[in-house]
Amino acid sequence: MLSRDRAVQQMLDIARQQNVETVWDRLADQLPQCGFGELGLCCRHCTQGPCRISPFADGPQRGVCGATADTMVARGLVRAIAAGAAAHAGHAKHLAHALHKWARGTAPDYAVRDEAKLRAVAARQGIDGAELSTRELAEKVAHSAFSQFAEGDGPMAWARATLTAGRMQALEKLGALPAGIESSIAEMLHRTHIGVDADPVNLLAGGISCAVADYTGCHIGTDLADILFGTPAPVVSEANLGALKPEAVNIALHGHNPVLSEVLVRVAAEMQSEAQAAGAQGINLVGICCTGNEVLMRHGVPPLTHSISQEMPILTGALDAMVVDYQCVYPSIVEVSRCYGTKVITTMGMAKIAGATHIELKEEEAAEKARQIIREAITAFQARRGRPVNIPPVKSKVVAGFSVEAILAALAKLNAADPLKPLLDNIVSGNIQGVVLFAGCNNVKVPQDHNYLVMAEELLRRDVLLLATGCGAGAYARHGLLDPAATERYAGAGLKAVLSAIGQANGLDGPLPPVLHMGSCVDNSRAVDLAVAIASKLGVDTDKLPVAASAPEFKTEKAVAIGTWAVACGLPVHLGLVPPVLGSALVTSLLTAGIKDLLGGYFIVETDPQQAAEKLYAAIQERRRGLGLETRPW
Amino acid sequence: MNKEILIRYDRCTGCRSCELACAVAHSASKTLFGALSEKKPPRKRIFVHQVGSKKVPLNCRHCAEAPCIDACIAGAMHRTAEGVVTNEDGEQPCTGCWMCVMVCPYGVIRSELAEKIALKCDRNCLDGSGTPACVRACPTGALVYGAVDSFAADRRQEFLSKALL
Repeated sequence: MLSRDRAVQQMLDIARQQNVETVWDRLADQLPQCGFGELGLCCRHCTQGPCRISPFADGPQRGVCGATADTMVARGLVRAIAAGAAAHAGHAKHLAHALHKWARGTAPDYAVRDEAKLRAVAARQGIDGAELSTRELAEKVAHSAFSQFAEGDGPMAWARATLTAGRMQALEKLGALPAGIESSIAEMLHRTHIGVDADPVNLLAGGISCAVADYTGCHIGTDLADILFGTPAPVVSEANLGALKPEAVNIALHGHNPVLSEVLVRVAAEMQSEAQAAGAQGINLVGICCTGNEVLMRHGVPPLTHSISQEMPILTGALDAMVVDYQCVYPSIVEVSRCYGTKVITTMGMAKIAGATHIELKEEEAAEKARQIIREAITAFQARRGRPVNIPPVKSKVVAGFSVEAILAALAKLNAADPLKPLLDNIVSGNIQGVVLFAGCNNVKVPQDHNYLVMAEELLRRDVLLLATGCGAGAYARHGLLDPAATERYAGAGLKAVLSAIGQANGLDGPLPPVLHMGSCVDNSRAVDLAVAIASKLGVDTDKLPVAASAPEFKTEKAVAIGTWAVACGLPVHLGLVPPVLGSALVTSLLTAGIKDLLGGYFIVETDPQQAAEKLYAAIQERRRGLGLETRPW
Repeated sequence: MNKEILIRYDRCTGCRSCELACAVAHSASKTLFGALSEKKPPRKRIFVHQVGSKKVPLNCRHCAEAPCIDACIAGAMHRTAEGVVTNEDGEQPCTGCWMCVMVCPYGVIRSELAEKIALKCDRNCLDGSGTPACVRACPTGALVYGAVDSFAADRRQEFLSKALL
């Protein structure tokens, strides 16, 4: 089985019939993959290499420069963290520029859609905004964000304002507080250059520091997106390929950054009549990957599919345009689109694909660019009219939009004076055993969504509240776990009672869904905000909470960075694939055990989802024991 | 006809994947990640060398006239019914006298000093399709498992195509 998703399975049949190459074919072509790479024992950092170290002691034990396996593995890992941090930093900075340009009046197609959040973020960052207009304050917040990227005077203000004091102390003790996001990324590239840092422990400390920089970038990204486009609130939609409409102009928004897609959502609403004049029933916007998550969270745009199955929507023959920004966009979509007439439109100057149509987003003329893009899609629709389409009739109901603000607002209906109290009371009573955040990607080496589904079913049954972001949230969306009806089916009695009580208090017809969709992968910082709020209320640090994270099908360097900062926040973090570190027993043991004494968090590597669920549950019970709460066996 | 591990020298990129796969195939767990934690480190029996700019994998040729069998004083080295030259499960156990090492013209027999035995390609690495681990691992097709004459026929075809077309 390649995917648990029925829609993907149906499209794979079509791919085979029509002889279209997909990501699964390319993995098969790549096998066997290099064992040195799998173990992290290959270094290409200088041209005296590539060097490989034998894992079995009967080959070279050092690279040409003398680097040992420990050094090599640590260097590789740290570089991956730096790359992930660079991706989130680029995303966050992009939003800061959009906010700044709007504040200066040069990007009129944007606006501050959540003034309350602007003022809250400003206050949190120590900016006195009482006398300032929205524009003036937006400019100050944008400047404050910009100041986080270069080297600053000390621990970055954004991290300090959002993490606990205890965390900051633990990180400082480890020498893992970065001076700035981009300076940290640059430092990691410097330290992993030939002949610089060769101490694996020191390199890992640097990696943690860079991961904290990544956390800061993620947090800025989420904060600024909320300010510009609105903080998500519960929204009802549907997910999967069945959301495509044969008679509409279908436009998929793919990538990660909402800077363009938000404008497209607005402009598409204005251009419905233009699409109808071209013979379409209208414009049907749909999402892929995290851009899809962004527009689902804020506008209910239905997500089609995620990560490894991004080629599938094209195979339906019904997708008129795939508009991409950056990150996780497979260049193969251009090749597949050639067979079906889908227009692949790249929009970022730093992320082009040969063979795609490039329409560069400029914030100054965003709406005009968006109109141009939609016209390309309408033209593609006209060209495909009358051709058969293969839309699998598969879709699930989705309730998404659970920002921290939305969760607190829902809880406030139970206790307006102290919204967190109902949540804490239920954790203490054991109705909620703990919380697990599912994050990360799909990985073609795992049957798509399998690990997510097995783990969620096991943990929900045992009253563990689940949060999800990114492609993890996407998996749950496509499999019906973001549907309140799933609470009835999957949640244990305690969890069901809590979710039902919140649902009732909020005038819903039923419970909340058993998995709360918190946003795109950059939005993992939302989960930290929630954990910090709970920890602060309990008067403990985040490393004491019965909270864990899992990236059961992770793939990207961004995921490595996020996983590392989740560990730095004190969480047990499960990985469902083996990261390329086993070549060093020292690094492996530090990441899975040694780091626990320093930061409280640690990695749990387990490829079997059933076992992984048991291990996360055990980690939660260990935390409950630590807090003096009642525990429950598996 | 017995199959042999044959080498297309022009295709070797020196990635040493064959070495790794050979060692893993001779581990207890038969998996890369599992082999790492085994007490007895698994040993490879294929060797990638570089001569000038040429990269070359080399392993036992399982010679028709095998000097290692003739030289084996212990009576361990023998040829199986499948044509595999091995010192395992022979009439007598290997004593680690290294006679075979000394007479092998290719130097592809090595020592396992801890156990004082000679180690060599033993083909105890075939998968369900009967293909050796090193051949399965080779990403460029430099290692071929096939009958000698069919390999030769392919070579002739290749040469003639280049020379005449």
